[in-house]
Amino acid sequence: MIPLSWYLILSAALFSIGLFGVLSRRNAVAILLGVELMLNAVNINLVSFWRYGDISTMAGQVFAIIVFAVAAAEVAVGLALVISVYRRRDTVIADEIDIMKW
Amino acid sequence: MTAMQIIFLVVGFIILGSALMVVTTRNLIHAALWLIVTLFGVAVLYALLNAGFLAVVQVVVYIGAIAILFIFAVMLTRKEMRDRGPQLNRGWWLSGIIAALTFGGLFWMLQAWNGFSKTAADFPSGFDAVGQLGNALVSPQAFVLPFEVASVLLLAALVGSVYVAFNRK
Repeated sequence: MIPLSWYLILSAALFSIGLFGVLSRRNAVAILLGVELMLNAVNINLVSFWRYGDISTMAGQVFAIIVFAVAAAEVAVGLALVISVYRRRDTVIADEIDIMKW
Repeated sequence: MTAMQIIFLVVGFIILGSALMVVTTRNLIHAALWLIVTLFGVAVLYALLNAGFLAVVQVVVYIGAIAILFIFAVMLTRKEMRDRGPQLNRGWWLSGIIAALTFGGLFWMLQAWNGFSKTAADFPSGFDAVGQLGNALVSPQAFVLPFEVASVLLLAALVGSVYVAFNRK
């Protein structure tokens, strides 16, 4: 059997890669791609804790499904904002969307 | 080294490699396609963890809806796709340090936990995980309220995103 530690290390690494993407990419769509990686890392953790804990309570899988719904909502709103900003200001570079910067 | 462990290692390397490609490729269409590879790998992990329903939902929702939405968004903001200038901002090395510190901190915290290397009990044969999950989602003793709140959130978010992206002309 696979020990729990393998799943946890894999999801920690995936989370860190996603964090790097969020912090370092300039394109707003690429930042959202990094957020997706982080959400997937969280989901791996939730499902593996369900499997390695008490499988008769379905809390881990239910939480994973709620994370799916939140991820879909986040992507829809985020991409709508990006497209709206692109129409008005003709850029998707996060550094250049600085109209509220003092 | 059992077959499960070999499958896990192969899938894990595919996930991490394609995730690195997602955050480093210059062409955003390619980044979105690498994201699909990562999501497939995560679906395989769900199948390894006996969560077959979640594996299917991962393929249908994440790959079928979210990744396609990303590809649409990249195409609609096409002028930035042929990247002028660097794709990473000036402080990317600092971001790398922060990400490495996050991984190190998580690893340090987890290896101090005494349940870190425990193995799973065998999956009981005849355990109806999908039926249990369906019951848990609609049973008032379990998770019906969070489930309904999530669906209201999804509806509100979709209405809001249509409103935000609507082209008034």
